[in-house]
Amino acid sequence: MQDINIKITDRDGVTHDIVAPTDMAMNLMEVVRSYELAPEGTIGVCGGMAMCASCQCYVKSNHELPAMSDDEDAMLAEAFDVEDNSRLGCQIQMTPEIDGLEVELAPES
Amino acid sequence: MITTDILIIGAGPTGLFTVFEAGLLKLKCHLIDALPQPGGQCSEIYPKKPIYDIPAYPEILAGDLTDNLMEQIKQFEPGFTLGERADTLEKQDDGTFIVTTNKGTKHHAKVVAIAGGLGSFEPRKPKLDNISKFEDNGVEYIIKEPEFYRNKNVVIAGGGDSALDWSIFLADVAKSVTLVHRRNEFRGALDSVEKVQELKDANKIALITPAEITGILGDDKVTGLTIQKKGEEAFTIDTDHFVPLFGLSPKLGPLGNWGLEIEKNAIKVNNALDYQTNIPGVYAIGDVNTYPGKLKLILCGFHEATLMCQSAFQRIFPDKKYVMKYTTVGGVQGFDGTKKEAPKAVVKAIQ
Repeated sequence: MQDINIKITDRDGVTHDIVAPTDMAMNLMEVVRSYELAPEGTIGVCGGMAMCASCQCYVKSNHELPAMSDDEDAMLAEAFDVEDNSRLGCQIQMTPEIDGLEVELAPES
Repeated sequence: MITTDILIIGAGPTGLFTVFEAGLLKLKCHLIDALPQPGGQCSEIYPKKPIYDIPAYPEILAGDLTDNLMEQIKQFEPGFTLGERADTLEKQDDGTFIVTTNKGTKHHAKVVAIAGGLGSFEPRKPKLDNISKFEDNGVEYIIKEPEFYRNKNVVIAGGGDSALDWSIFLADVAKSVTLVHRRNEFRGALDSVEKVQELKDANKIALITPAEITGILGDDKVTGLTIQKKGEEAFTIDTDHFVPLFGLSPKLGPLGNWGLEIEKNAIKVNNALDYQTNIPGVYAIGDVNTYPGKLKLILCGFHEATLMCQSAFQRIFPDKKYVMKYTTVGGVQGFDGTKKEAPKAVVKAIQ
């Protein structure tokens, strides 16, 4: 299994080039936590159930991401600072298809 | 003043199980939680979600885990201060502690166990410039007393269960109820969604969707709101109250000012021994603590609670000798007079 490269801009505006594994069943929220790009307790609060929006991010590249589940869609409908390119990081799995993905973390809420 | 042996801050699974382990050592517990019900995240965020890594439960719903823990600890008669946040910790000259909540309730305890998870759950506030000025002057994030809204005009914002349920409830109490949500779709229990539809058809709830509240009007009290419907021009409506219900998010909050050593939004503890913090007599267990190799798992919280209670016992009774007893051998003797014990085998000759 290959690793993929993604660019993550943290909440202070700093962009990090990250190497993420595709064989560890990791999602974007977990990648952010494993690299400590946001303080513990401010991201992934619900653990990755699409129930808190603390991992909201803006997708900056043109990757075709898997469609939103009803849960993710409904959670974003109640979150703050939502844009058209908002997604929940916990719902974006690390797969070879998203190599080169660029995202920015939404502000803490 | 409420007095107890161990004051537990946080009534999530770790805090609840502490009552059991303390009870085996005949220590009484009292719990404080900012939420109005016990269970912590398990009951607030995901009561209907399954957990698969509780030993001996191949699958258990988070809400059922809470119910089972409450059943398991009931004979130890824990006290609860619910809906209040622990705000201050004062160490007394005799080594005991007084913890005071945001509502002024005082608790006196020999030992404090912080089982606060990710912190106390606070309402998520919409980002409107002047909203803090109107808090308690027409803006309320939590509905405490529905009667407060009798014959008042109320605007509720949000799309989840609490927005739906309170709209339904207040439809019979308030003069008018307006529900504003960013989408046409609501996420909630099916019968709540259907009931809101019914009340809307009967003109008992006004629904404004897809729309967002963009401003609060009034001098020192809320008198109206600016509402922006998608693709349309913003308009204003008159109202007495604005109740944004966008869920709760946990914040470490006042605990951060208790002089505890904090690292990565968690409280540093001595994991080699007893999960004590840098303040002797104050322990931190479960998701709220950190140490090398920490895992935020319920099952780890149970283990930490168990070791912590042994240490608390020694702190409270430094001269008492004690050896750990298996519940199968010693049974469980409640403070309520009940006793659970293994049934005795019969010794009888067979002729």
